[in-house]
Amino acid sequence: MRAPAISIKGRAFGDRVLLALVILLSIVMLAPVLWVIGLSLKENAELMANPNSVFQAPYTLKNYINTIGTSSVFIWVFNSIIVSGGLTLGTLILSSLAGYGFARLNFPGRNILFVVVLFGLAVPEQAVLVARHQIFSLLNFHNTYHGLILPGLSASFGVFLMTQYFKAIPKELDEAAMLDNASRFRIFWKVLLPLTVPAQATLGIFTFLGAWNDYLWPLISATKKDMYTLTVGMASTQTNFAQSEGIGFLMAQAVFAGAPILIVYLFFQKYIVTAVSGAAVR
Amino acid sequence: MADRLTMPQTAMPAASVRAPSVDIYAPQWRNFMFVAPFLFFFTTLLVVPLLWGMWLSFHKADTFSSGNFVGFGNYIRLFHDKVFLQSVWNTFYFVLLTVPALALIGLFLALCLNRRTRTAAVLRTLFFSSSVLSVTIVTLIWRIVFIPNVGLLSTIYGWFGATAPAFISDPSLAMIGIAIATVWWCIGLPMMLFLSALQQIPQDIYEAAALDNASRWQTLRSITLPSIKRTFILVVIVQIVLQFQLFGQAWLMTRGGPNNLTKPIVLYIYDTAFRRWDLGMGAAASEVLFILILIAAMAQYLVTRNNADRT
Repeated sequence: MRAPAISIKGRAFGDRVLLALVILLSIVMLAPVLWVIGLSLKENAELMANPNSVFQAPYTLKNYINTIGTSSVFIWVFNSIIVSGGLTLGTLILSSLAGYGFARLNFPGRNILFVVVLFGLAVPEQAVLVARHQIFSLLNFHNTYHGLILPGLSASFGVFLMTQYFKAIPKELDEAAMLDNASRFRIFWKVLLPLTVPAQATLGIFTFLGAWNDYLWPLISATKKDMYTLTVGMASTQTNFAQSEGIGFLMAQAVFAGAPILIVYLFFQKYIVTAVSGAAVR
Repeated sequence: MADRLTMPQTAMPAASVRAPSVDIYAPQWRNFMFVAPFLFFFTTLLVVPLLWGMWLSFHKADTFSSGNFVGFGNYIRLFHDKVFLQSVWNTFYFVLLTVPALALIGLFLALCLNRRTRTAAVLRTLFFSSSVLSVTIVTLIWRIVFIPNVGLLSTIYGWFGATAPAFISDPSLAMIGIAIATVWWCIGLPMMLFLSALQQIPQDIYEAAALDNASRWQTLRSITLPSIKRTFILVVIVQIVLQFQLFGQAWLMTRGGPNNLTKPIVLYIYDTAFRRWDLGMGAAASEVLFILILIAAMAQYLVTRNNADRT
């Protein structure tokens, strides 16, 4: 009867080591964020004199008031909402139609076209960036909302996801409707689309989040300050980082930009996690 | 399926009055209309730029025109450019720094947090939360950690009277600094992929192992790890593809410096095409990146296909 007792003790010890490691890692996750929040609540002069002053009162909301009052952050948020919203709406429409088409209907060349669309999954943005930029220059699309939205509409992931989803719906449903002589579009719109709401939510959140956080394309396409999205605009203010007179201000801006998306994440956690992991595995 | 629906036409002529074209699964051009809108954007914004990019890479191009045909000239210049070769090496070095860390820490977290307690749920939320932030915010956070004087790191080192390593300016540490910020940013996805793999392992195997008095280490080594081997490979490949595309962190934290030591391929493309406006050479560099990523994507396809065969 001694052996089990020892192994239970060993277990408890092992558990404690693992727990300590996990706690250490969560501190690494949290500490930088708390540091940023701390700095955003301090006067700059005080920070310069003594960085440890973060841990002592007085705290101030001055940096946040400055952020709201003086920076262009609201224009950028507005631009980001238009671009991410437009791209999400467009992606949902295009992907649902095409997903239904590929999953349920037959037309000449369907299988080959689907393979070509699948191949699109393997094409990284960087491989088409240069040519896309030149085409958009010729069309005068830079520094416009459609210039920021359009490239995202060519992504195949949504079509792939919706095709899989439509295929999983029992065929008896549309066959019954077809015997009633309903048109293809009516069947799509009235019978099948309402059943795809979970997939729409997943795809919608994934697309919105990706567009909201996109940096590379807006950086090269939106070069005018009032067309910046939030990511590009925030990055542009970081350049005067070295003159550290604005550290508290920059940190307030970071909190201001990061907090909404973190709050949304806390509410829609399940969908976001499914969307992001689903997209990675495809 | 088709047979069942075409049969009534021959058996009962009356039925064909209601549904004139009864073979509903025959190929029809009008069905194409459902996929046409997407294919329009797919073709004009992905297929055409992809081919145009290949064509550009053989030309001396600038912003608006495609210039003269130079054959493999851009590629030859590229592979004689020390900065490009440095950027290829930097990218591989970065992948080597981040991918093993992401896979192993992700696996460790998944093994520890795969339980139904409230604490585990809170910690899962915490470790995934950084993934929803944009690269701009992540780099801002980590620059403020690494910055001298007011930085978190230098403050902590200051408590012990030591000087913090200069993760952004020291040539030998700069890439490691970027890698640390990246692992912090991206750890959520590998953890979640491992968690969903762990949850698919049937519980009765563990019950059987417990009856056999198997130790925790034995259970881990002979049940858990073999069951998630394919997920491990998948996580590694997905991360290789993602980390090959490093751009924002390097551009925002170090601008590729010091001495181009943290300049990845995408930043080289950005510099060449959009700051020096040498579009032909930028296109050539992006083709090289495309081939590298395509190799990894092929590997991923093979792994996922084998996965599908098995289940």
